[in-house]
Amino acid sequence: MRITVRIWRQKNVETPGKLVSYTRDGVEPDMSFLEMLDVLNEDLIAAGNEPIAFDSDCREGICGMCGVMINGVAHGPQRIATCQLHMRSFSDGDTITVEPWRADPFPIVKDLVVDRSAFDRIISSGGYVSVNTGAAPEAHATPVAKTNADRAFEAAACIGCGACVAACPNASAMLFTAAKVTHLGELPQGQPERAARVVSMLDTHDAEGFGGCTNIGECAAVCPAGVPLDTISQLNADLLGAFIPNRRD
Amino acid sequence: MTEQTLVDGLYREGPSIRDTKAPDGPLDRQWSERKFGAHLVSPTNRRKLTVIIIGTGLAGASAGATLGEAGYQVTSFCYQDSPRRAHSIAAQGGINASKNYRNDGDSDYRLFYDTIKGGDFRSRESNVYRLAQISGSIIDQCVAQGVPFAREYGGLLDNRSFGGVQVSRTFYARGQTGQQLLLGAYQALERQVAAGTVTTHTRHEMLELVVIDGRARGVIVRNMVTGQIETHLADAVVLASGGYSNVFNLSTNAMGCNATAIWRAHRKGALFANPCYTQIHPTCIPVSGDHQSKLTLMSESLRNDGRIWVPKTAADQRDPRQIPEDERDYYLERTYPAFGNLVPRDIASRAAKKVCDEGRGVGPGGLGVYLDFADAISRLGKETVTARYGNLFDMYERITGEDPYQVPMRIYPAVHYTMGGLWVDYDLQSNLPGLFVVGEANFSDHGANRLGASALMQGLADGYFVLPNTINDYLASSPHDPIGADHPAVVEAATTVRDRITTFLSAQGARSVDSFHKELGHIMWEYCGMERTEAGLRHAIDEIRRLRGSYWADVRVLGEAEELNQSLEKAGRVADFLELAELMCIDALHRRESCGGHFRAESQTPDGEAQRDDENFAYVAAWEWAGADSAPTLRKEALRFEWVELKQRSYT
Amino acid sequence: MTATAPLVRRRAARRTSVALKVVMATTGVLFLLFVLAHMYGNLKVFSGQEAFDGYAHHLRVLGDPVLPYSGFLWILRIVLIVAVVSHVWAAARLWRRANHARSTPYTTFRPVQATWSSRTMRWGGLTILLFVIFHLLQFTTVTIEVGGSFDSPYERLVAAFSVWYIVVVYALAMLALGMHLRHGIWSSVQTLGWSTRQHEPAIKRTALAIAAIIVVGFLLPPFAILFGMVS
Ligand SMILES: Cc1cc2nc3c(=O)[nH]c(=O)nc-3n(C[C@H](O)[C@H](O)[C@H](O)COP(=O)(O)OP(=O)(O)OC[C@H]3O[C@@H](n4cnc5c(N)ncnc54)[C@H](O)[C@@H]3O)c2cc1C
Ligand code: HEM
Ligand code: HEM
Ligand code: SF4
Ligand code: F3S
Ligand code: FES
Repeated sequence: MRITVRIWRQKNVETPGKLVSYTRDGVEPDMSFLEMLDVLNEDLIAAGNEPIAFDSDCREGICGMCGVMINGVAHGPQRIATCQLHMRSFSDGDTITVEPWRADPFPIVKDLVVDRSAFDRIISSGGYVSVNTGAAPEAHATPVAKTNADRAFEAAACIGCGACVAACPNASAMLFTAAKVTHLGELPQGQPERAARVVSMLDTHDAEGFGGCTNIGECAAVCPAGVPLDTISQLNADLLGAFIPNRRD
Repeated sequence: MTEQTLVDGLYREGPSIRDTKAPDGPLDRQWSERKFGAHLVSPTNRRKLTVIIIGTGLAGASAGATLGEAGYQVTSFCYQDSPRRAHSIAAQGGINASKNYRNDGDSDYRLFYDTIKGGDFRSRESNVYRLAQISGSIIDQCVAQGVPFAREYGGLLDNRSFGGVQVSRTFYARGQTGQQLLLGAYQALERQVAAGTVTTHTRHEMLELVVIDGRARGVIVRNMVTGQIETHLADAVVLASGGYSNVFNLSTNAMGCNATAIWRAHRKGALFANPCYTQIHPTCIPVSGDHQSKLTLMSESLRNDGRIWVPKTAADQRDPRQIPEDERDYYLERTYPAFGNLVPRDIASRAAKKVCDEGRGVGPGGLGVYLDFADAISRLGKETVTARYGNLFDMYERITGEDPYQVPMRIYPAVHYTMGGLWVDYDLQSNLPGLFVVGEANFSDHGANRLGASALMQGLADGYFVLPNTINDYLASSPHDPIGADHPAVVEAATTVRDRITTFLSAQGARSVDSFHKELGHIMWEYCGMERTEAGLRHAIDEIRRLRGSYWADVRVLGEAEELNQSLEKAGRVADFLELAELMCIDALHRRESCGGHFRAESQTPDGEAQRDDENFAYVAAWEWAGADSAPTLRKEALRFEWVELKQRSYT
Repeated sequence: MTATAPLVRRRAARRTSVALKVVMATTGVLFLLFVLAHMYGNLKVFSGQEAFDGYAHHLRVLGDPVLPYSGFLWILRIVLIVAVVSHVWAAARLWRRANHARSTPYTTFRPVQATWSSRTMRWGGLTILLFVIFHLLQFTTVTIEVGGSFDSPYERLVAAFSVWYIVVVYALAMLALGMHLRHGIWSSVQTLGWSTRQHEPAIKRTALAIAAIIVVGFLLPPFAILFGMVS
């Protein structure tokens, strides 16, 4: 196949960037999208041009390291991580526009690489159960209904890729935050800190500069992990719960 | 050093070593006795002690969180942009524990025995027994953190069986167990970040170890965003940097997995044990072309319900669905009736290679065998199969474009795990005082072959329970004298790093780093892969030396040092692989027996099984660096088996 | 975890962006109820002048004798004014927040599922605000008089909507309202934490239906007047 890619090139966060076009013949349908970029980079190096910087690690859709906008859609047309996308999704002669995630809390590092450490700070502010090593009770001491366990898992499947932010017209990280709030909120282990967690994580979410959510739903539609949109509803309910003075407070 | 004759023209032999930390006495008492015997550090003093941890995988994150909770000052590093992305995240199948929730006769002893046997009697009894003892607490800990393991309708944890054992002791979270366990550890780590005991440095790569007066005292890292070379000093250094399968270029490991951290430590004096022990995983998606950048594992759990077969006749080109039952060869079920499709990985891999060598392989190039779910789907229904393996099936379809519900999957073995690693004692301390090694980076518990679902167990055992109970024995004598950044050893280490970077950027060669990595991978897979021979290994060593020579002269690294420069990062990693590869071949050559994942064609039973040589090789081969162009020194640690009987492994 | 003390926590909770959404949702729901009631009132046009004027009068003596003349109406007005101010204030905060969160736009952006409604909430809301101001000047303060001046609300109405361009203005405004409500109703359910995956499609369908009913319900009188069915 002959493929033209228009790729965002930007040296660093201070220098302005621009789209640059590259055309390559002999792209095979069995190549993954990132392998296509690999071979393009080999060409660039051979010609003495600096290769395109992009993030990836596991290349099997689980680490969340990869992620670019492909033709205006986060991770491209298939609701899977960028590294899972294969060139058979495109046709001979196609032109593909590739841009980095754009959100001010995700500053650009270089070309297609952005800094998503804001996500770590959101987790750090409450996305856990406070249990020290060795302090755990026997695992079977607390049964968990399968429905709760399954829902917790579904939310916990978030890979932290940032596509939700990239796709959200408000650049909101609400789905990412909601995924963790829901994961832990579904489990008995997560109950004691439930109200504190949602407030604290939202506080950090806002402080990092992400937009507010207006329920547009693009996030869940591109999420490669299939984190459902109603986790945001659950987060909202938890926050409302935190408003209300609690009998136990 | 005394002048010694070269063995095989490749290495020298040094004095043997002994692990002196494991207490004598009954197996089941050793760990509690060691914990009792270890010196403690009082809570008020812990605040003043600093520990560097390289790596945030299961081992590194769990260690960081636990040491932070204990009150030590922890600094943690990883090369990804978040600690959560360490390669442990990709583990699919599950984690073992001897909880015996199934009442199927499991016990600590059985888990211990299975692991020793699975490792083909090339691991330490003391370590492995401890691993089994701790396994249950890991599950408790993870559940308390909110790890959403699979559950049954009664609300209790579900288990499944995994390759190489006859009990169901594997806990899992769909096909994403590693992800869920790592997120648990990561969250615990982030909790300590908030508490102020842990500082994380992401996109930082360790490039050198700082050793002062024989002790590990710090690291030199490169900030991968700014290119700055930074020095970090501490009272102890923990390496949790994962495995080195990427020496084969194509493996199931993540693109960035590397040997740099442990290799640099090795060059500073840490012994490298059993480098040739690599695991080839039987169920990976076959290579599709030259552009291939990595291989994708299909979880071993698929072997629970999938049946592996090839056509009985060679070069059978029919659509698999058209091949009648009696013209299929379910070769694992035929050869190993007791374990069938669940034989250990090394056996399954080699069997696949054998049928492919006979010309009965399927798919492009004849490098593949079928993994068929037709029976499972008719027995369990499509819904159950989807519930168990849905995400794996989807992944397969995305990569190959074929629907495994309709057509049998094609699988082929691929390099997956490295049992070798830095040598550590029972305390997980290397021979360099103050340098601890945990997780896949050490050589500890799996002998010559690792059983499925036990790497996650080992990583978390090391990080949550073992290291935090042994490192205090060392730290009790800290804080050590403060060191300035101008200490000659620090300056020397930092200069080495800078010089290497300058060398790469000024090489002005013609070939990309990747092209060298690919070539190295071909050599390793061909001659140091599933089957190894004397001649092949000698050839490989020559080839590697040649390649290493041309690397420094002919590599082309563009861009600058003071910025994000991915070619430069890879250049350093490949340079280290080029040295490690040679040591692997030397190790493989010197071990003239077959054991576990190390199959020497010269040493097999009449029916083609691995033939161990306990007389001559019941030892850990720990290698000492002797200088850039000097032959390495072999130090042997004899393995004693007091609690299990050495037996030829049999899974028939 | 910060904000663990209940008081601190509640204060922090009120500062979050979700709290802003809760303000929007509750005021939005209030608007929705008002609009529904208003639409019901307008449809009285079809029962003739007496019924309609009677209804307008009835509004003003509601709650009598507890409330003074127009008392209920004033309470309603105050509630609505507070609600509009809060709604617009929260919308402005969120708008600003979103602009700061993505100061560099994409060169190419293709939404996957977002509706026109969901993407135009802010401009749609502004349109509605402008319309309401115009509307109040026309029918409440009677500052703008189209088609002549009358004492009877019924006659004012009939006179106004006999003019084609007024009908066009109203029709456009109602379209904006319909779109705003189509997303707004779904959005408020989600914001108040009542949505689940099972019910999400039904909620969205219901929102669309209510929005459609409101648009049609409001536009029936003007068009009926324009085409001379009510005079
Ligand atoms: C595809 C796949 C599936 C698997 N499935 C299973 C399974 O089902 N069950 C099981 O038990 N095991 C499984 N394994 C094996 C298991 O996942 C690994 O052995 C284990 O997770 C390793 O953990 P770790 O903490 O030692 O290292 P990793 O998780 O590999 O972490 C390494 C860390 O070190 C950092 N690092 C590395 N080098 C440097 C450097 N130079 N400077 C700074 N930081 C560095 C990295 O950033 C990373 O944080 C699987 C492995 C693979 C590849
Ligand atoms: C075709 C559509 C509409 C018609 C024919 C209409 C008609 C009227 C009339 C006749 C009045 C005066 C009633 C009275 O004073 O007794 C009025 C008042 C009012 N209308 Fe409408 N209206 C329409 C749509 C809307 C919409 C969409 C809104 C809001 C979004 C709205 C908001 C108001 C308000 C706030 C008042 C003032 C109530 C008060 O405080 O007295 N109207 N409308
Ligand atoms: C200047 C005027 C207005 C602006 C800028 C505006 C903006 C918005 C925005 C951005 C939302 C989405 C908030 C969210 O989903 O979190 C919203 C919601 C809503 N708006 Fe408006 N609006 C305006 C006026 C109105 C009016 C006049 C009405 C009623 C007739 C109205 C009814 C609603 C409703 C019902 C919602 C749903 C609440 C929710 O989203 O939770 N709005 N508005
Ligand atoms: S919620 Fe989905 S899109 Fe967002 S970070 Fe997680 S996996 Fe990525
Ligand atoms: S797209 Fe954005 S507006 Fe909310 S529902 Fe998703 S975060
Ligand atoms: S590279 Fe790991 S998810 Fe894509």
